[in-house]
Amino acid sequence: MVDRVALFVTCLGDTLFPQVGQATVAVLERLGVTVDFPRDQTCCGQMHVNAGYAAEGLALARRFVEVFDGWDTIVTPSGSCAAHVRTHYPEFLGEDACGVPERVVELSELLAREGAEVGASWPGRVAYHPTCHSLRLLGVGDGPTRLLRSVDGLELVDLPDADVCCGFGGTFAVKNADVSSAMLADKIAAIEASGADSVCACDSSCLMHIGGGLEKRGSRVRAVHLAEILARVE
Amino acid sequence: MSSDSGRGAVAVPFPKAAHVALENEQLRTNIRGATSSIRARRAEVVGEVPDWQELRHAGRALKDAALHDLDGVLLWLEASVTRAGGVVHWARDGAEANAIVVELVQAAGASEVVKVKSLATDEIDLNAALEGAGIAAIETDLAELICQLAGERPSHLLVPSVHKNRTEIRDLFRASFGQPHLCDDPFELAEAARLHLRAAFLRARVAISGANFAVAETGTICVVESEGNGRMCTTLPETLITVMGIEKAIREWRDLEVFLQLLPRSATGERMNPYTSLWTGVTPGDGPSTFHLVLLDNGRSRVLADEKGRPALRCIRCSACLNICPVYRQTGGHAYHTVYAGPIGAILQPQLSGEAGQPGSLPFASSLCGACYEVCPVEIDIPSILVHERANAVAAERQGLEGVLLRRLGRLFLDRERYERAQRLGRALQRPAVRDGRLRWFVGPLKGWGQSRTLPALPEQTFREWWETRDRGA
Repeated sequence: MVDRVALFVTCLGDTLFPQVGQATVAVLERLGVTVDFPRDQTCCGQMHVNAGYAAEGLALARRFVEVFDGWDTIVTPSGSCAAHVRTHYPEFLGEDACGVPERVVELSELLAREGAEVGASWPGRVAYHPTCHSLRLLGVGDGPTRLLRSVDGLELVDLPDADVCCGFGGTFAVKNADVSSAMLADKIAAIEASGADSVCACDSSCLMHIGGGLEKRGSRVRAVHLAEILARVE
Repeated sequence: MSSDSGRGAVAVPFPKAAHVALENEQLRTNIRGATSSIRARRAEVVGEVPDWQELRHAGRALKDAALHDLDGVLLWLEASVTRAGGVVHWARDGAEANAIVVELVQAAGASEVVKVKSLATDEIDLNAALEGAGIAAIETDLAELICQLAGERPSHLLVPSVHKNRTEIRDLFRASFGQPHLCDDPFELAEAARLHLRAAFLRARVAISGANFAVAETGTICVVESEGNGRMCTTLPETLITVMGIEKAIREWRDLEVFLQLLPRSATGERMNPYTSLWTGVTPGDGPSTFHLVLLDNGRSRVLADEKGRPALRCIRCSACLNICPVYRQTGGHAYHTVYAGPIGAILQPQLSGEAGQPGSLPFASSLCGACYEVCPVEIDIPSILVHERANAVAAERQGLEGVLLRRLGRLFLDRERYERAQRLGRALQRPAVRDGRLRWFVGPLKGWGQSRTLPALPEQTFREWWETRDRGA
């Protein structure tokens, strides 16, 4: 396992879902990793770039590189933010990226790469939703499901049409709220059909959308981040 | 027929059009059923090709090779077609192309033409131009004919009437063909269309086609289809006129080997399509005695000049991106209000001509999930071009409240202390709107969120505040 990492908690994780960052710290520290939190970090600029605000996105990318340049491994509990930094920064920063993008890893990627024995315990039936950017841009593959299978007491259930987008898509969720909601309805139907009591993913943003939809419908299924499952011990 | 799907309808922004489509349960059921079955077939036949990814690379490289030297390739094509006895015409835009075709049909002394399904002629609204000159155009592709009879725009690149089910088609045929007792058996429906079309084929003196590929080396035009109706058009009449977008030109005959593997598997989920027609100029005593090729630009040179948008011109119109797209599968094609629907339409249409109606809504009609890129047989990175088009849209027009908020947020994120102050301020300001840890009201851009989702309130402690208390405790 690596000795030391910088945590990029993401603007959403920092502001709205602190428990996900806390869980990430708990998992890493349990594995003996020293976690730094560079306080100057804010946002990677993904939302700005994807919404068409390229100048703002570029400024945030430059800032991200400055803030994280001192670390060999930068870990984040977000597949889409990791994907943005790793796949898009080199395109618009070129050499100014200073080698930072390739040092960014999503949490499950790091744990899978290092063959970590996480030693977690989570009683219940869990469905895994592979978020689009973790699946198609990062290529996390079966890393997250292998981690979930190693969790004590956890039963991983099949999610029908798992690789179909949940309908979040950043500003898409509000700009095209009707279509986004229709996509969400399909995802929720699949989750409920799976018999899971929790749905798990590697992105707080997609989980905010899925979890918000489940709650709005009065579903008993909860949305949890992978880090929260991996952090729990007996 | 619904008013929003008629030909020549006034374009409305995608979110509004999608709202209408989403309320049409029958439409959604039809689209869902059709796209699911094509998707499954595609996945099966693509899965059995061990070198599929290499084929995709090859398809991309061959298209890029032709596009990088398109002016040279088109002159090469013109020389080859001319040598084989065809006549080549150059059209800057739809109006020029339509005028050329109308004149050619009139010169042939015809008042009726049969048509092979062609997106390029849909793009320039050729049928309306012909009608304006007193020439009737008969669509002979079954699905395109269904749209023509219904007075609707196609809703899918490959299966224009994918939004209609058998019962709806039966009712349409009953009314159109004067056969009140027609049942919805597919064989009987196809037979009714066949009888209708046979008479037209035998009458026709002029046919109009599009092109899937045009080989510069030999001057050969290639049309790929499933029914054989296209082949009736390309062989029976005396005069054949092909209208093709200039990006359809490929360099060499052998390039077809790659594309004729990629296209049918991606399009209909077939190993090979039933009819592949190839013709080179004219052959005395065999097929049409006169052949005209109309090369259509209509914005393509402009797309070619844009390095980031250019890959859209590689498209071979297979529709795999439509069938896989979770947005298209909810709304169908009419919501896009363009000839080219789905993900490829969302990048192609704004580039070709600018959207009619409110510019800028199509590039945003995507969750950027990337499924389209994954299935594209010529590796068009559609999500990246969508983002590029979004940036163009944002640069071109005011974005109202969204623009103000996102630009302000962008500045906030550049200054850590201001960002932290804003976190604290947000927590204080949200108090009246919070109940049980959830936001009770959704205002401004958040309104749409609330229709199907709850939103947690900002927690008592941000992550960074927790980190600091922890640090102090340690």
